[in-house]
Amino acid sequence: MTATLYDKLWDEHLVQTYDSSESLIYIDRHYLHEVTSPQAFEGLRYKNLLPWRLNANVATPDHNVPTTRGDSFTADSIDDEVSKIQVMELDKNCNEFKILQFDIESKEQGIVHVMGPELGYTLPGMTIVCGDSHTSTHGAFGCLAMGIGTSEVEHVLATQCLKISKLKNMQVLFEGQPQNGVTSKDIVLHLIKMIGTAGGTGHAIEFSGSYIDSASMESRMTICNMAIEAGAKVGLIAVDQITLDYVQACSGLNEEGFEEASNFWNTLHSDNEAIFDKQITIDVASLKPQVTWGTSPEMTIDFDANIPTESDISKDHIENFKLAKAYMGLENTKTLQGLHFDRVFIGSCTNSRIEDLRSAASVIKGQKVSRTITEAIVVPGSGLVKMQAEKEGLDKIFEDAGFLWRDPGCSMCLGMNPDQLKPYERCASTSNRNFEGRQGNLGRTHLMSPIMAALTAITGTISDPS
Amino acid sequence: MSKELIQGIAAPFDRDNIDTDQIIPTEYLKSIKKFGFGDYLFDGWRYLDKGYLGMTSDQREINTDFILNQAPYQGAKILLTRDNFGCGSSREHAVWALRDFGFEAVVASSFGDIFFNNCFKNQILPVQLSKENISKLFDLVNKSSQSFDISLVSKELRVGSDLSISFEVDDNLLDRIIYNLDDVDITMKDKASIEIFESNHRNQRPWIFK
Repeated sequence: MTATLYDKLWDEHLVQTYDSSESLIYIDRHYLHEVTSPQAFEGLRYKNLLPWRLNANVATPDHNVPTTRGDSFTADSIDDEVSKIQVMELDKNCNEFKILQFDIESKEQGIVHVMGPELGYTLPGMTIVCGDSHTSTHGAFGCLAMGIGTSEVEHVLATQCLKISKLKNMQVLFEGQPQNGVTSKDIVLHLIKMIGTAGGTGHAIEFSGSYIDSASMESRMTICNMAIEAGAKVGLIAVDQITLDYVQACSGLNEEGFEEASNFWNTLHSDNEAIFDKQITIDVASLKPQVTWGTSPEMTIDFDANIPTESDISKDHIENFKLAKAYMGLENTKTLQGLHFDRVFIGSCTNSRIEDLRSAASVIKGQKVSRTITEAIVVPGSGLVKMQAEKEGLDKIFEDAGFLWRDPGCSMCLGMNPDQLKPYERCASTSNRNFEGRQGNLGRTHLMSPIMAALTAITGTISDPS
Repeated sequence: MSKELIQGIAAPFDRDNIDTDQIIPTEYLKSIKKFGFGDYLFDGWRYLDKGYLGMTSDQREINTDFILNQAPYQGAKILLTRDNFGCGSSREHAVWALRDFGFEAVVASSFGDIFFNNCFKNQILPVQLSKENISKLFDLVNKSSQSFDISLVSKELRVGSDLSISFEVDDNLLDRIIYNLDDVDITMKDKASIEIFESNHRNQRPWIFK
């Protein structure tokens, strides 16, 4: 019997099957943050239970945290009273249940999906869950990783298991090498444009092909991160030398331990003859930078293409199409080039790693943010990313250009902290969701790569990176 | 007491890809409670002003064009919609908001995977039907408001005597709603299996447990 990587990870963690579609799957790592965990801890208290295995859990506050903290900031310094309560509740729960937390004062604190891998808590072959849909990010390490709801957070805390149904297998092959200025973000946005936001529903998507083979871990994380935007709660990539090199630097295992683990990790790939329920091949060499125009990540076009018109849209989707165009204020606009932007956001669990900041910095070096841009912010994904960037002088490049250099957190990806768009402001954003109101009530989000967002800051509109 | 029938007015939402950010915006995720989200359901469409956690419906500027603000849909128990309902963010608050408003079922042609799972933890039945059947239901509901009967026993959705559509759903999942079962309680019955698995797993993959 041949098996896909997903099949292997599933079988490796199968505790029990039932006389139904569900199985009990053991969970190796559980990440927690302040937004989706309070009710789960309350559930434990109510049932008088303790976490099943303490060292499976790692917590950090990321969604609510202000990004203008500077030194000597504590949870008590948060202005927004309800945000403060939520961050303090995580402190309280982690203290009470003795769960490891990188709190708001910690130098390692960051977006959970950036912080976890770089601290070595994400290791190949693990099952990883978090009450956050972008947990698919960790699939880049050959992990079975997925977002869960709060009831499941409680269930994992209490039982170290998840009761779930097995997904189908889907393979996405990215072949070739992209042109200059085209990044992993463009590649995954293009995929979502092709298959739609429900294209991967019910499936685990394995990404492979010659592009993936040579892609960095940061790029792989960006792609797996947005699997959920293609409908797949699981995205994953086989383990190879690039994975092992990254993990060796972060895992803290001694040489013997690393070698023992590597023997297993090297088996984490789909068999040659493995059968996938769905397959799609994409030639990435011909791709242009991608930018979203609408209110769903599938509403994506080449940066220089015409925005679709009603005649391009099938009858079933016309209503959604009209609503999106109206919301985005694009009823009479033909292309994104020349469109006036107000804000730029470089950050989020999709694009706030060191590679993202380097690529953004490289296109703005020595230039100035356009006077027509009200505010351009860079929010590093974690304390370690921020420190590394500062060591490389990237903060100076951004600040000299007129960007604001902020402290780590989810920030304007979802505007749960003070970083929010005002009504009708148009934002070039490296985040993952352009839903209505996502970055602030009535705000207008265009998703793109760090390179394209940085360039938009300089020119004030969508520009050709070549 | 078991719940065998969901009966009530169906509110039509003729839209694809309604994401969980629309079902409940991020602002209200600052609550640390599991209840009290009904006033914020579809907040961005239901009201004309921007709200904050703690505000109630009667303090808000109502968007009278929005279906849930129109008779008889203020008391709707069933939501009828199209493709990919509940895509996006994993926030269970979306299901809590539907539940707190009074919804007991969502009928759609497809659902976001995480939302679908979350429903069964909160007594909300997601009913998945073919696109053709969904269109038939929209045709009926668009003519005049309709009450649906959804039998959890026979797995059938009925509209008056005109239409009966059967649907599929895993029996174990359905039992969670019929008998209001808690997943943690159920899994704890398998405690011994988990312990045996964990002990073997620890021996084979010691680095995970460091």
